[in-house]
Amino acid sequence: MTGARPVDGSTQEPLRDLVATIENEGGRVLATLIRLTGDMGMAEDALQDAAMVALEKWPLTGIPANPAAWLTTTARNRALDRLRRERSRTAKETEAMRLLDQGDIEPPDGRDDRLRLIFTSCHPALSPEARVALALRTVAGLTTTEIARAFLVSESTMGQRISRAKKKIATARIPYRIPADHELPDRLPAVLGTLYVVFTTGHHAVDGRLDSRLDLASEAIRLGRLLVELMPDEPEVSGLLALMLATHARRASRLDDLGRPVLLADQDRTRWDRTAIDEAATILDDILRRRRVGPLQIQAAIAVLHGLASSDAETDWKQIVDLYRILESHSPGPVTRINRAVAESKVFGPVHALELMEGFEVPGWHLYWSTRAEFLRQSGATSEAREALVSALGCEMNDSDRSLLQERLAQL
Amino acid sequence: MPTYAALIYSPAEAEGMGTPEDWSRVMAEYNAFGEEAGAAGVIVGGEALEDTHTATTVHMDGGKNGTLVTTDGPFAETKEVLGGFYLLKCADLDEAISWAAKIPGAWHGKVEVRPVIDFSQEQ
Repeated sequence: MTGARPVDGSTQEPLRDLVATIENEGGRVLATLIRLTGDMGMAEDALQDAAMVALEKWPLTGIPANPAAWLTTTARNRALDRLRRERSRTAKETEAMRLLDQGDIEPPDGRDDRLRLIFTSCHPALSPEARVALALRTVAGLTTTEIARAFLVSESTMGQRISRAKKKIATARIPYRIPADHELPDRLPAVLGTLYVVFTTGHHAVDGRLDSRLDLASEAIRLGRLLVELMPDEPEVSGLLALMLATHARRASRLDDLGRPVLLADQDRTRWDRTAIDEAATILDDILRRRRVGPLQIQAAIAVLHGLASSDAETDWKQIVDLYRILESHSPGPVTRINRAVAESKVFGPVHALELMEGFEVPGWHLYWSTRAEFLRQSGATSEAREALVSALGCEMNDSDRSLLQERLAQL
Repeated sequence: MPTYAALIYSPAEAEGMGTPEDWSRVMAEYNAFGEEAGAAGVIVGGEALEDTHTATTVHMDGGKNGTLVTTDGPFAETKEVLGGFYLLKCADLDEAISWAAKIPGAWHGKVEVRPVIDFSQEQ
């Protein structure tokens, strides 16, 4: 490897640069090491070894031109040395030695190992909670402590969740591979779903602890960008990124000073992140031209239309109604129906919207009742609106939603 | 190459129901699976079980030297009952899942796929 960045004897690269480089490259290196060892735990140990060596050597030699390759080679050599010294080896270790000896640091199919890692971490044979935890741990490189904090569970619970998932991968032999194109319809939704859970967990305030979760939304966007880079030909992947960008763009205005959600119509649009909305719009323009529409692209289009509107009244509700109708044909259900009803109420009025909600009752969901209450209020049926709000307050919800509904009830 | 047990569960209320025509249609489906998976060399074992009314559950209450308790019926009275199993030799879980999806039990009920412990690989 040529071109190692020279280090001036007097001004060595600060330690934090070295650590940052190791962290940035960690995901890529780990992904390759898992392929080379056939074992997640062994790969993590090897990466840790290599990081220690790097922290020893890089202050003297400078950061190599290709730090990922350096770390991978070092980790591989360390792992082989360690295995060779073992007097007796388990079957797993023997297999790891064979793989390490023969495996190529460059993936045989030329595709990024991180994509293998993503599909394995988000395998449908793992529980949805395990997929989320594993993807954040392995692909995003978060610590177990960080993930536990973000999901409001104890560190031991999260640690157990991750180690169980790893054990299932090893014991049930979930393969380390990128699914073939014909398998993608079965496999991609689990990956996109995992990413979206990470995003919404970061985006939605649960018991007011929003601050600790905002990073998860950014983390999901970072992973979304990586996935788009790795799978540029899958429009739903780009659709998810656009959806996350357009939604995240509204983060500064979605809560009031008391931490309560602000309705889209009442949000201060000057605080929306124009750059993120424009990026989402550009991504959408590009993928919609491919004419392989899916639910994430449609939701992204709706979010972008909101983002581009200068006010609630200026919003292109007709087009949003059309999009919800298409979305409903892709993913029918009460959530889609209620969102569609809100959009249709803007074009066709509250009575029509109330009719649309018939047959889609979700008595345990406060948003069902509060949406109904709003349509009833608009159509002049005040006492029925009040009843619906009382039903809404009987549902489970967080404190900020509750105080908002109480306020609306008082105003009726 | 690991071996997977594909445990075939079907709805309990379907047990003993169905006409002889239903039965022979399902048997034909199983024969078709047996031929395909057999030709691929995937099946290394398997049996069909008599229905759960013939099951007896055995337990030594109070440990190895405790009291023998036998109970009529399957271990767990559940909505779905174990009706039989295959042992499938597959390269990995993805292959095992793709074969399990072809077992008629996958559409008449559900198939649970579990790796079999290979004691020769244990240290």
